[in-house]
Amino acid sequence: MDMQTLVLASAEIFLLTMICVVLVVDLFVTDQNRTITFGLSLASLVGTGFLVLSNTPATTQYLFDGSYVSDPLAGLLKMASIVMVGIGFIYSRSYLIQSKLMKGEFFLLSLFGLLGILIMISANSLLIMYLGLETLALSLYALVAFERNSRDAAESAMKYFILGAIASGSLLYGISWVYGVTGAIEFNEIATAIANDPSLNSLPLWFGVSFMIVGIAFKFGAVPFHMWLPDVYQGARTPVTLFIATAPKLAAFALIYRVLVDGLGDLHASWQAIIMIISLLSMVLGNIVAIAQTNIKRMLGYSAIGHVGFIFAGIFTGSQIGYSAALFYSLTYVLMAAGAFGLVIILSDQKEAESLEDFKGLGQRNPWLAMLMLFIMLGMAGIPPWVGFFAKLTIINTVVEAGFTWFAIVMVLSSVIGAFYYLRVIWYMYFEKAVNTKAINMGKDIGLVASLNGLLILGLGIFPAALMQYCLSVIN
Amino acid sequence: MLMNSILSTMIWLPILAGVVLLFIGDGDQRKHNIIRYLSLSASIVTLLLGIWLYFEFDNTTHSMQFIEQATWIASLNIEYYLGVDGISVPLILLTVFITPFVVASSWDVIKVRPAQYFAAFLILEGLMIGVFSALDAILFYVFWEAMLVPMFLIIGIWGGERRVYATLKFFLYTFLGSVLMLVSFIYLYGQTANFNLLSFMAAPLSLLEQQLIFIALLLAFAVKVPMWPVHTWLPDAHVEAPTGGSVILAAIMLKMGGYGFIRLSMPITPDASEYFSFMMIVLSLIAVTYIGFVALMQKDMKKLIAYSSIAHMGFVTLGFFIVWSFSTTTEGALGVTGAMVQMISHGLISGAMFLCVGVLYDRMHSREIAAYGGVANTMPVFAAFMVLFSMANAGLPGTSGFVGEFMVILASFKANIWYGFLAATTLILGAAYTLWMVKRVLYGEVANDNVAKLTDLNDREFYILGALAISVLMVGIWPAPMIDVMSATIEQLMLQISETKIVGVDL
Repeated sequence: MDMQTLVLASAEIFLLTMICVVLVVDLFVTDQNRTITFGLSLASLVGTGFLVLSNTPATTQYLFDGSYVSDPLAGLLKMASIVMVGIGFIYSRSYLIQSKLMKGEFFLLSLFGLLGILIMISANSLLIMYLGLETLALSLYALVAFERNSRDAAESAMKYFILGAIASGSLLYGISWVYGVTGAIEFNEIATAIANDPSLNSLPLWFGVSFMIVGIAFKFGAVPFHMWLPDVYQGARTPVTLFIATAPKLAAFALIYRVLVDGLGDLHASWQAIIMIISLLSMVLGNIVAIAQTNIKRMLGYSAIGHVGFIFAGIFTGSQIGYSAALFYSLTYVLMAAGAFGLVIILSDQKEAESLEDFKGLGQRNPWLAMLMLFIMLGMAGIPPWVGFFAKLTIINTVVEAGFTWFAIVMVLSSVIGAFYYLRVIWYMYFEKAVNTKAINMGKDIGLVASLNGLLILGLGIFPAALMQYCLSVIN
Repeated sequence: MLMNSILSTMIWLPILAGVVLLFIGDGDQRKHNIIRYLSLSASIVTLLLGIWLYFEFDNTTHSMQFIEQATWIASLNIEYYLGVDGISVPLILLTVFITPFVVASSWDVIKVRPAQYFAAFLILEGLMIGVFSALDAILFYVFWEAMLVPMFLIIGIWGGERRVYATLKFFLYTFLGSVLMLVSFIYLYGQTANFNLLSFMAAPLSLLEQQLIFIALLLAFAVKVPMWPVHTWLPDAHVEAPTGGSVILAAIMLKMGGYGFIRLSMPITPDASEYFSFMMIVLSLIAVTYIGFVALMQKDMKKLIAYSSIAHMGFVTLGFFIVWSFSTTTEGALGVTGAMVQMISHGLISGAMFLCVGVLYDRMHSREIAAYGGVANTMPVFAAFMVLFSMANAGLPGTSGFVGEFMVILASFKANIWYGFLAATTLILGAAYTLWMVKRVLYGEVANDNVAKLTDLNDREFYILGALAISVLMVGIWPAPMIDVMSATIEQLMLQISETKIVGVDL
């Protein structure tokens, strides 16, 4: 192991070290001084982010005997994940203090989850990928059950754990088949093996790939492997939901990209139909079922399923612009999801503001927050000039370019269905009288982050070119 | 410098003013005054820019003028591309002309969240000018869709009792209509590798492609116009919207549909337009006749005007699609010019009619025809204006309503006597439903105590209605300045659509 390897993996190493530091420091901190843990966690995020930023190579580098990869794509996804976790921490602080959940475990488990995410993003071998995935998944199971006296949380954690274990098993089973057929576990070597011997591209390999796709689809929460998602979104405390809804989605993008494109790109013709069907079902079912929800966290859960359908649509086209469109969609979607759950956290006061009713009259209570929520909802609905529109535009463009115009029509129609429940939030905020007229107090830091988050959704919508171009360049 | 960016200035000035209003926010009387004067001055400055645009515009050429072109999203070849020709200039003028009246008419009527109210209208104005001047398909689509948001909020926040239902219906209906337009833009992008509307017009397409694109565009524009049978959102939206919202909706937003047909459908898919022209003519005639009867039966003044709008917009689509019934382009140009004039005239008249209803509503808080009677006794000046606008709505010669309708009816008779016959029924039906309403509302004995207590127009209302009355008469008596602006562009359009775009084998 040389110095270069250590530098390229320094972000992960630093994060792991800091987790140990936070763990030890937290032991000596009383509940009143828990802000120290909070500050230290944020500091570790800043440090990790700095290391990612300064050590991302311009070209692809393999390290640790080819089981780890460092490239601009990984840099972008890692940076976005770190920012998302950081935003989540800032949104959550006063909420956690108010609901007496300001425990070191929340920060520790989140940081461990982030470590898993970083490993997944940089994994170049099926086993390392699995390692990262399990690090993330185990942290998430624990995070969901984090409020130990809540029955809902325990129930959804249990559900998540059991289904997640099955999905992991399925993924691992698929991995064993792929390894058995190709004799390689590193993605680039799998690709080489298939390219060198086209006879490998046959039933046993497809069998393994199908099992792997099941695992991947589960992690995304795509239909028909979505059952856990609404329950977990609803059952977990909102800061935890925010975490689950953002950074792990980026890791899931890395998972699907590394496995299906880097590793099994030559099998595109075989997996295209599966991804396409999953995409179609997710879009339609997610958007239709979301209409019936009155709990906003559950509604956003189904909406997430719908958005995953769009991300998968970018993947199934099998083109560079398709992958970059899916990447752009994932990045902008997590930005909107972070904002949406962030606002739910801000509105929560003693009890969770999870019913749509809690948004009633927000336009009068706090016009600024209502406007930010308006931006987020219209962004998710894909109305221009908010960034969600351009995310949808790039995806639809690749789908049409790949010759699936009928699929594009299904996509736009499902987004019309989706528009209804996003508009309903706006309706409750602006057209209804407030039930709860208490002023909303929030810290300056939360207000600033929420404002930046909302304005970024508009700003990226008016000037999407740079990010789009960057997504294209990291995929190529 | 302003010369080169006049369109951008006209788009972004009102939007920026709107954003400033949002930041000022609501508050005491002083703030309220700042808000009102700021929005009025922003809309008047935009109007002055519009007038300047009119005088700088070169009537003799059909090519795009005041072009602004810059790369917006390089990876998809999307441009910030603006430009106007003889079709867009009159509609832009209509937009900048109507908005100050909307601001003025809401002067002291809006008590709830006035800053947001005025901001919504100013932002809407900028977006509408954007629609009329965008020459890049995605830019056009962005303005087109973004426009829905302020209107959604205007109806939803300041509307009547069933406002939530009406505004959701408005939004979803129009959104559903326009998403397929986006797909067809992306399909055309696949053919031309850019989103430039002018290159869309030049792109060769097979008949089947054209037919599918035409239908996708038709959904978007027919909902907006609105054509029978996708008109049902309009009466609801009009009835529930506040006065200003109704005015903008009737005067300008409906014109977007007509503009879409003439700017996109006809030049991009000329063969499909010809193929579907009979269907379009039939739908237009149904709008003119059947909706005319429906209007006759309305008990609510706003609903009546809304149905009358649908009938009048039927003339617009009739004038456009009758083109293919002629062998020469001069007669076709007559129909299209008539339709364009009808759009402007209807913008003025329907705006004025809704303002008249607004005047009554502000005093009595009722839109029911039955709640009124004998208003002329207590509000004689108002009655004079309302009679004038009603006459114009019925197409009285000398008013703007006559010019467009007459040209379209004339063209219809030349095309086919039955088209002309059915179109001409509007002269009877229009007169019947408008004048019957006038009779029941204005004339007769004073119907009740509320009517007896009515006060006539105040100065503000007088000047608003007076200015509109003058413009209605101006266009009616001397339409030449407006027609001159359009003629070169319409001639070119006639040439453009008479050439087939079909090349090679069918798909």
